[in-house]
Amino acid sequence: MIKLNVNGKPRSVDVEGEMPLLFVLRDHLGLLGAKYGCGIGACGACTVHLDGMPVRSCSLPVAQAVGKKVVTIEGLSAKGMHKLQQAWIDHEVPQCGYCQTGMLMSAAALLAAKPVPTDADIDQAMTNLCRCGTYTRVREAIHAAAKPTAKKVGA
Amino acid sequence: METTRRDFLKVSAALGGGLALEFSFPLTAMAARGQTPAEVNAWVVIHPDDRVVVRIARSEMGQGTQTALAQLVAEELDADWSKVSTEFASPNEHIRRKRIWGSMSTGGSQGVRSSQDYVRKAGAAARLMLVEAAAARWKVPAAECIGANSVVTHAATGRRLRYGELAADAAKLTPPSNPPLRDPKDWKIAGKPLRRLDIPDKVLGKPVFGVDVVLPGMLHASIAQCPLFGGKLKGVDAAVAEKMRGVKKVVREADFVAVIADSWWRADQALKKLAIEWDEGADAQASSESIMKLLRDGLADPKLASARKVGDADTALAAAAKVIEAEYHSPYVNHATMEPQTCTAWFKADGTLEVWTSTQNAEASMAMAAETAGLPLEKVEVHKPMLGGGFGRRGAPQDFVKQGVLIAKAMPGTPVKMMWSRAEDMQHGYYRPASLVRMKAGLDAQGNVSAMQVGIACPSILALLRPEAIKDGVDFTAVRTLSDMPYGIPHQKIDYAMRNPRVPVGFWRAPGLQNAYYRECFIDELAVAAGRDPLEYRLAMLKPGDKNRLVLEAVAKAANWGGPLPAGVHRGIAVSDGFGSYTAMVAEVSVSNKGELKVHRVVSAIDSGYVVNPDTCRAQSEGNIAFMLGATQYQENTVAKGRMVEANFDQFRLLGLAEMPKVETVLVPTGGFWGGHGEPGALCVAPALCNAIYAATGKRIRSLPLKHHDLRKA
Repeated sequence: MIKLNVNGKPRSVDVEGEMPLLFVLRDHLGLLGAKYGCGIGACGACTVHLDGMPVRSCSLPVAQAVGKKVVTIEGLSAKGMHKLQQAWIDHEVPQCGYCQTGMLMSAAALLAAKPVPTDADIDQAMTNLCRCGTYTRVREAIHAAAKPTAKKVGA
Repeated sequence: METTRRDFLKVSAALGGGLALEFSFPLTAMAARGQTPAEVNAWVVIHPDDRVVVRIARSEMGQGTQTALAQLVAEELDADWSKVSTEFASPNEHIRRKRIWGSMSTGGSQGVRSSQDYVRKAGAAARLMLVEAAAARWKVPAAECIGANSVVTHAATGRRLRYGELAADAAKLTPPSNPPLRDPKDWKIAGKPLRRLDIPDKVLGKPVFGVDVVLPGMLHASIAQCPLFGGKLKGVDAAVAEKMRGVKKVVREADFVAVIADSWWRADQALKKLAIEWDEGADAQASSESIMKLLRDGLADPKLASARKVGDADTALAAAAKVIEAEYHSPYVNHATMEPQTCTAWFKADGTLEVWTSTQNAEASMAMAAETAGLPLEKVEVHKPMLGGGFGRRGAPQDFVKQGVLIAKAMPGTPVKMMWSRAEDMQHGYYRPASLVRMKAGLDAQGNVSAMQVGIACPSILALLRPEAIKDGVDFTAVRTLSDMPYGIPHQKIDYAMRNPRVPVGFWRAPGLQNAYYRECFIDELAVAAGRDPLEYRLAMLKPGDKNRLVLEAVAKAANWGGPLPAGVHRGIAVSDGFGSYTAMVAEVSVSNKGELKVHRVVSAIDSGYVVNPDTCRAQSEGNIAFMLGATQYQENTVAKGRMVEANFDQFRLLGLAEMPKVETVLVPTGGFWGGHGEPGALCVAPALCNAIYAATGKRIRSLPLKHHDLRKA
């Protein structure tokens, strides 16, 4: 049994330690927000937080998540919406939406580390790939969420 | 979607069912909640509390088609937009009701433009029926009543009835046959940048994509297809794999092997332990070079199919003051949807088959599922989750549905979800065809083009996917943009060499757009040879009133063509019509001394006739630019030893956020026609970019991708 802390709750799963966290979340814990895109940590569709840091869960053996706090898109905001999610709505960021949960998790980790990021900070942190090409709006939405006046819905 | 899904989830829980119910029987679900929504017509369902559910027949793969179609219906219905939601029409019901929802295909930038007429009429008809129902209740002439904002009002007496109060009565009336439609200039809901209906769920990770389907007792499958195009399975030693944890079954089919297990990762791990022997087939030595030779030999064929012939190009070329000739080439390129191909299938005890798949054409999925299973269409249902991108990959080819059904057939009674690994997706695409084009133009003493001769060697998409659409040996997707030039060139000879290697080709975003790259770069070469400005040169060849002209003028104005630029920044321009719309683009780039390219700004002008949602149209423009900047700079799928080399995003690079230029989109809808937005914005990116690179470096880029070129100044 592997014991995890996911979105603030203890979870136990009977899986191999080398199973990537992504598949534990998706196929064993029913958390489907993080997506499989490449399996090699290149695209970031699987991004979740591990102790607040963005990680590519497709390439992280679940054993390495033991004793750490895993947060997925489902747990990004305990009540309602993170200000980034609101900004994403305001700027109509997603197209197909498949990569967007990973985008949001990367952006949330960026804002936690740098509340008012520069364009260069965004360039560096946002290495997630989007095939629909939503990048212009991702950048705009991050800047909007970083403004002190950004709407904060719920937690 | 959201409301509907909640309805479903509640009732599914109550009935102990799974997601199947969620998508199949919306009305049953709502009825179970003690409400009786009325289907006023096939497109419009109205609840007693005024909620309007608009049925959507096309797929939603990111372009906002779902919202745009709902806007058109709501506009004519004159509904309160805040009460409007959507649901995807059931393909099975569609067949049973004699294809009542028209085409379910979502490609060719057709989603809105090809259904706008009948969905608007459905909205208008529903409004007239609601008005008639109110008039009957009040015993007044219908002409004295107005339906607006989900309420019918009798102006003379001030009486009001909500749509929700009238829907049941309205549903019983005979629909008007040809209801008048509003003039788009009077639109209140359509034509406005309303927020997309699918986005709030998408930021929460809530939508069910194809890969997110979960069913009771469901198993997972990973697949290995024969890496050689046309190859077959010879044998498999599954001894090790079958003993691995969670593995339920190894499925052997003609050209693939799959492992079914209790999680995808376990299935995939076991797949890697299979010892598979492939019968490599006839093309085991095919390579990008051998395919290039095939194309080159094609151009030398003395008997090519004629795609267009105007005047006498040979004679005119012989008489030309100057002859310019160039050869251009572009590679195979994969769609690489972010969500890999996926299909969940469930052979049920009652003899029916249910399929969940990310599809651009649910009817094609249904036909493939039925054929593969040997079942009549009526026994098959296809559920349409959200698509993690499409770009043409999930339309005509339904290979993933065939596989999903074959895999589930090995486990009757158990739903099995198949998902491709990224490597499978990269190496088993229906690629944008590689092509080779030779162009020759004659200029007169003033530099005007008197003649153009073009040979196009290109694998045929239609030969593989829609052979009935080939006419006189010509695949229009392989020759368009060159065979239908808007330019006034008096003598033209456009020939086509169909050469079909085994590499599967398909409808990649804006099929045929490589020809826009060839044509618009070559026109740039001619402008340079004539010593003329590239914008002025194009305008001089376009008739007054031609919409290609209009978008060129619009983009030139927005980009301040001819105006000053920052030091080191250079511009390129291109124009092309396609997919019902007219587009022109200006790219601004700089190239460093080391040959590093930076794209600073891209300005795009589009005339699509009408614009249903300006914000989603702008989003498509931005997306098309990102898609094509990635393709033009980096992407190619290379053939070696009969198979595709690139296996993942480390070898097939997408554009990154840091590289995204500033984008300005100028929407110039002139009315009177309906053009698309999903693809037209892609047409001009490669030529505008390469023409800007020429302006910056003096280097003419005649083959893609750019990564193979040294961009340091010539």
